[in-house]
Amino acid sequence: MFYAFGAVAVVTSLLVIAQRNPIHSVLLLIASFGALSGLYVLLDAPFAAVIQIIVYAGAIMVLFLFVVMLLNAPHEETEFDERTHPLLRKGAMRLGALLAVVLITELIWALRKGGESGAFPSGSVTSVGAIGRSLFTEYAFPFEVTSILILVAMVGAVVLARKESH
Amino acid sequence: MRWCWRERNRTDVPTLNHYLVLSAVLFAIGTAGVFVRRNLITILLSIEIMLNAVNLTFVAFGRALGSADGQIIVFFVMTVAAAEAAVGLAIVISLFRHQESLNPDSFTALRW
Repeated sequence: MFYAFGAVAVVTSLLVIAQRNPIHSVLLLIASFGALSGLYVLLDAPFAAVIQIIVYAGAIMVLFLFVVMLLNAPHEETEFDERTHPLLRKGAMRLGALLAVVLITELIWALRKGGESGAFPSGSVTSVGAIGRSLFTEYAFPFEVTSILILVAMVGAVVLARKESH
Repeated sequence: MRWCWRERNRTDVPTLNHYLVLSAVLFAIGTAGVFVRRNLITILLSIEIMLNAVNLTFVAFGRALGSADGQIIVFFVMTVAAAEAAVGLAIVISLFRHQESLNPDSFTALRW
């Protein structure tokens, strides 16, 4: 199951990057989020799985889809020209190759050094009740700050997207 | 990779390392998307991929440590992601209104 969901997530994410049409990108990303939600179920995290579907696939992606359709998706003209793409300059390519080598070395080192992590401890499904209790007692302050953050984001989005009328 | 094959031969149960590697792969895909693509919407989608890779790490560690804190952080990350998507898309809309383009290279007003 893990390999199936993982493969779906990786392949759809790659296709999101590779698509020319933003609408296809958004729809493939919803599929990717579905696979991730399956992984959360495998990790005994039903709360995370459900809000992944409801909040991400349901709300955020609909917002993306709405904006893509509103802007009427000029998809072909944004195709990059091989000569002018800034990543194809010599310095950028050298820096990128160096960074990739460093990253891969670090990853291999970490996997060697860390050894095997072993199986997960058996069966402790964190219930939604436990999460809610923790959220409203221990994490009550961050929770309230989150509400202010959302309020600020809402006002900011309305102000930014408003038609300027003098 | 050898460690992965060994793991799979012995038991077929995915371990924490499996989830961490999958998360690293997803994060790398998102990063590559941000750098390679020349479309503001796709760049925002790549950022969402990266946030989801981090969420997967949180949930996997929370499961491994047997605590609910991983999922609580996921909740907060999703809230921040929603706020970021709303503001980012509003900026994209107003940019698109200024010049009919979604290419980040065409917005050079602040460049010196």
